[in-house]
Amino acid sequence: MTRERTTVDLGALGFDGGADVLVKLALADRQVGDEIAVRGEHPDLAGHVATWCRQQGHRWRSTDSPSDGDAIGFIERGSAVSARWIGAERCGHADPTTEGAIDAAPPASWGLAARGAAVEPGGPTPQFRLGVREEVWTDRAAPLYAQAAAAQWDPATAVDWSAPIEHDLRVEAAIVQVMTFLIENEEAALVVPARFLGQIHPHFREIQQFLAVTVADEARHIEVFSRRATMSGHDLALSTVGGRTSLQTLLDEPDYATASFLLSVMGEGTFVSLLGFLERHAPDSSTRRIAHLTRADEARHVAFSLAHLERHAHVEPDLRSRLARAVEQRHRALQGTAGLNEDVFDALVVLAAGDITPERVRTGWQHVQALQVEMSDARRARLARLGFTAGESEALSSLHTRNFM
Amino acid sequence: MTITRPFTLGAVAYDPKVVTIWEGFKDWFATRDFAFDYVLYSSYEAQAEAHLAGDVDVTWDSPLAWVRTRRLAAAAGREARAVAMRDTDQNLTSVVLVRSASDIIDVAQLAGRAVATGAIDSPQATLLPLAHLADRGLDPGTSFTVRRFDVMVTKHGDHVGGERDAVRALMDGEVDAACVIDGNQLLFAKEGTIAPDAVRVLSRTGVYDHCTMTVLDDAPRFIVERFIELLLSMSFDDPEVRPLLELEGLRAWRPGRTSGYELLEQAVDRLGFYGADGTILVEGYPR
Ligand SMILES: [Fe+2]
Ligand SMILES: [Fe+2]
Repeated sequence: MTRERTTVDLGALGFDGGADVLVKLALADRQVGDEIAVRGEHPDLAGHVATWCRQQGHRWRSTDSPSDGDAIGFIERGSAVSARWIGAERCGHADPTTEGAIDAAPPASWGLAARGAAVEPGGPTPQFRLGVREEVWTDRAAPLYAQAAAAQWDPATAVDWSAPIEHDLRVEAAIVQVMTFLIENEEAALVVPARFLGQIHPHFREIQQFLAVTVADEARHIEVFSRRATMSGHDLALSTVGGRTSLQTLLDEPDYATASFLLSVMGEGTFVSLLGFLERHAPDSSTRRIAHLTRADEARHVAFSLAHLERHAHVEPDLRSRLARAVEQRHRALQGTAGLNEDVFDALVVLAAGDITPERVRTGWQHVQALQVEMSDARRARLARLGFTAGESEALSSLHTRNFM
Repeated sequence: MTITRPFTLGAVAYDPKVVTIWEGFKDWFATRDFAFDYVLYSSYEAQAEAHLAGDVDVTWDSPLAWVRTRRLAAAAGREARAVAMRDTDQNLTSVVLVRSASDIIDVAQLAGRAVATGAIDSPQATLLPLAHLADRGLDPGTSFTVRRFDVMVTKHGDHVGGERDAVRALMDGEVDAACVIDGNQLLFAKEGTIAPDAVRVLSRTGVYDHCTMTVLDDAPRFIVERFIELLLSMSFDDPEVRPLLELEGLRAWRPGRTSGYELLEQAVDRLGFYGADGTILVEGYPR
């Protein structure tokens, strides 16, 4: 090792004004025991540097009588400043695609540290219940998060809130009923990921990020459906026990994979069909626009859940039977309830009819029948993607809540 | 002593963190099979007297508490020993600060002016700098006005509040100079109490030492040796010990020495704080 001595020139800077920052930088690449020379014109520099060295565990040796431009003394680097690096452990890698970036079971002591940071040993051990890679991870989280971040729309400007409403008042009342129904479903879609969000180990940052942006998506959905509902001056419609009971089973599900499956694969997936229906058949442009915007978000939520569960089922083959049991159990729990609010069903017919005439209502009715077929077909396709057989997919799809979500 | 008690340390509770520190040390000593406990006092004077009475085996002393304990011991025909101190306790200085724009460029110009200090019993922010000025012909209270900032009196200036108040008074123009320990000048600059380039050092005291672990001559010698040995073995590189050392403000323990207390002994005499036998002489000091 060369022992050439660096000189740090502090100009007129004192240690009461940031000189320590320069000195630390100068010491950073020195070994313990190496010296750097200090030069500077601050009138009390020697006093400052002696005090600072004592506090930092460096040795200070002042030159007796520095002549102009000479060093006022020398700092010998102590060991304390680098002590924190001893035993510090790299917690994975910031780039999730790097080999070994994502730990299978990150220790609690890594806590809130940035993934890829060098973690000083010791410190708090926060408990994150979802702390195992195989339970939460999917490589799709990062690209889906990026997509979501790029696709955030502003409810204030993305929808023309002054678009004219020219349809019959009873059609408008049907829209208000549908919106009332949508809002409580969106609430469930916000609360469920929000509850799991705080339980994910921060090492799985991309998962946190996706869930966080999902919660933000749902917040906007709640907003636009509420705005649409009240746009024409109506009061919101009826929220039924049956609807809320169906959603409650989602809130009550403690298992992350199961909750994600029931909410996203089964529920939000079904909503993608419903929102497509609204986009095609709503009589007014604002409703169509809202349905278009929210449908794109929901499709992303479904894609995330499918990707995560596909991987999870791959590493834990038993997962599928666990999920199937959950659907059956939910079905039994909801057997005694009314299912889809009759008013919502009627409202969908009237909304798609666009007018209160026998001919239009017949058309609306047919659209709703087609919607139910589409919902069921799409659900089966998603279940098949998770590895369920055609027969299983058929059976499970038929057990899905009549409340859609 | 017939029944052996754990080796017991006396410390002054100048801050709630004192409990965290000594609980941590207690746990750490336990892992080294060293029976250790601590007692907290609300004043250094009570602690020194308790030490003489044999209530504790070692005291974590302010420099002023060392001076008193040494004097009390000597008056009783006994001997106090300074056995360990922090690396950061060695070679300190105090500074007399003035505003950068002040017309005062020489200590003599403090005559007739107001000088802020820390608490009445602060070695670093009152006794040492006032004695330093007295040595330069400025008699405190006569040649110049002393504005004392009494925060946590009887805790020997351990609490930083008195010095911070003194510096604030200087910044606010209420006084012409303020006395603080060198490290606090940098601390106050860092936290923003002192604006950049707002003050300069008018004068700096000689070098002195700060806190010490003190034992008396009847302390169990082998246990004291083991206690010191364990302290000196504490390594800043050890992540288990590091948080404790950081809380207590050191990187390494050093063997004790008394050479750094000479200035304070002189200041105590000069300002009449304690008598040679450790009696408290200073007026208006709460007991
Ligand atoms: Fe949504
Ligand atoms: Fe969603």
